[in-house]
Amino acid sequence: MSLAGYEVEVQQVGDGGLRTEEMTLNMGPQHPSTHGVLRFVVKADGEVMREAIPDVGYLHRSIEKISEKVGYHGFMPYTDRVDYVAAMFCNQGWAMVCEKLAGLAVPKRAEYCRVIAAELNRISSHLVSVGTMVLDIGAITPFFHAFREREKINDLLEELCGARLTYNYMRIGGVAWDLPPGFVERTLAFLDRFEPMLDEFDDLVSVNKIYVERCANVGVVSPEAAINYNLVGPNLRGSGIRYDVRRDEPYSVYPELEFNVPVATGELGTVGDSYARYWVRMREMEESARIVRQCFKQMPDGPVIAKVPRKFKPPAGDAYIRLESARGDMGWYAVSDGTEYPYRCKVRTGSFSAMSIIDKISRGLMLADLVTLIASLDVVAPEVDR
Amino acid sequence: MDEAAICERLRARFGERVIEANLTAKDPWVLVDPQAIVEVARYLCDETDLGFDALSNETGVDYKDAGYIEVVYHLYSYPHRHRLVLKVRTPRDNAEVPTVEAVWKAANWLEREIYDLLGVTFTGHSDLRRLLMPEDWVGYPLRKDFVEPAEYHGISTRRESLLR
Repeated sequence: MSLAGYEVEVQQVGDGGLRTEEMTLNMGPQHPSTHGVLRFVVKADGEVMREAIPDVGYLHRSIEKISEKVGYHGFMPYTDRVDYVAAMFCNQGWAMVCEKLAGLAVPKRAEYCRVIAAELNRISSHLVSVGTMVLDIGAITPFFHAFREREKINDLLEELCGARLTYNYMRIGGVAWDLPPGFVERTLAFLDRFEPMLDEFDDLVSVNKIYVERCANVGVVSPEAAINYNLVGPNLRGSGIRYDVRRDEPYSVYPELEFNVPVATGELGTVGDSYARYWVRMREMEESARIVRQCFKQMPDGPVIAKVPRKFKPPAGDAYIRLESARGDMGWYAVSDGTEYPYRCKVRTGSFSAMSIIDKISRGLMLADLVTLIASLDVVAPEVDR
Repeated sequence: MDEAAICERLRARFGERVIEANLTAKDPWVLVDPQAIVEVARYLCDETDLGFDALSNETGVDYKDAGYIEVVYHLYSYPHRHRLVLKVRTPRDNAEVPTVEAVWKAANWLEREIYDLLGVTFTGHSDLRRLLMPEDWVGYPLRKDFVEPAEYHGISTRRESLLR
């Protein structure tokens, strides 16, 4: 197969009469730093990139089309596969859009269960992000520190729902199971260990001169470009815009919880560079830990799922919801025609917009910095392709 | 500003070209003439008190029985924290909508996806290629009358059930 427009560049003659050539390089689809299957066509002049054109679609599993065939309840396990690094948010998004279509209220305790699961998942997703980012740049040890902690969260979430990655935990109208016995104590014990580990990670990586020099001032995204390209979540806050769907368009029980929205200040480097995005993620993990602690203190007793008919038929109409996933503002759009099957479902994900900006900001970067850029934008390929 | 006020502004500015509005829907929406979409988008983005600086989502829905494809724009304003749903309708057999890429860059990929999966041609788009499907794919998978081909480059798309 060929890609129209990507033919090898013509040869040029430089000033000194030396023949120079613009190289067209192929990066991926199998490449350790692309975090999934994803290809870049890079046009490079020596070490400097002229452009890097993303070629996506290798992980397209037609999840939106599947929704039209399996019904509202049956689609829940498929949503896990939209973003398998942070599947809780996809569960929650689908549940929320269905609840909005049907005008369904969710029990308080279920909302708390959702927030606990989601925030734990946010920590584990950010650990993958920062861990692989340092790995991509060349430091191996911090990756193991991050993944050691993530493994503990996987254990906790496995206790909660029986799965380590594709959780299928939430249901339309609530969650599948209440917290298992001893879950609160074990999670608190984990958080007691995890919070000091974040400081350790900061000492090891965040102020490491080599790391900072590799990331600072690389791939700067201005706030205007971030909004115009619809960058969301940590990428948007990395560009200096204090916006978080949890705080600014509150949903679930977030209005009852206290947390800060970290935003990049550009102390090391510039606002909007790769380091800023990394730094925002580190701070967000602290906030997530705070949220989980508060949830345990505040959550009421009661049922964890509302009465929902097995044949779920929301009235005809459409609805759009947004939630703050680990990769930022995630949009779910669903259209109902009054039958048991969704008429149309669309997911707009954070990685999708992050991927579309790479073409613009990669121009003029060094080839090795492309890896930093992809990692700092926290692009998860299945979320782009769906 | 709430949706009703925004809708009033649009009606005052664009008159007949605002075809329909549903302000009681779960997400209130405004249906406009596809030929006016770029002007409407530019107006919503540039007026300071409207300030719709972000295209949160853009997608298409195939209403086969009604004979049209609906392109849905979910807009959001960061300065004012308000939102609006814009819709345009285009006939299925000649689906064509002008691109809003010049207003919101985010539309570039979102429109490529709609072109890829629903076959809506966005006139004036800078790079209208398939995004997710292979470029030699025939047909538009999210159209309601799409039939999955039996094979692709000699690879069968049929699998026998493993449960027997």
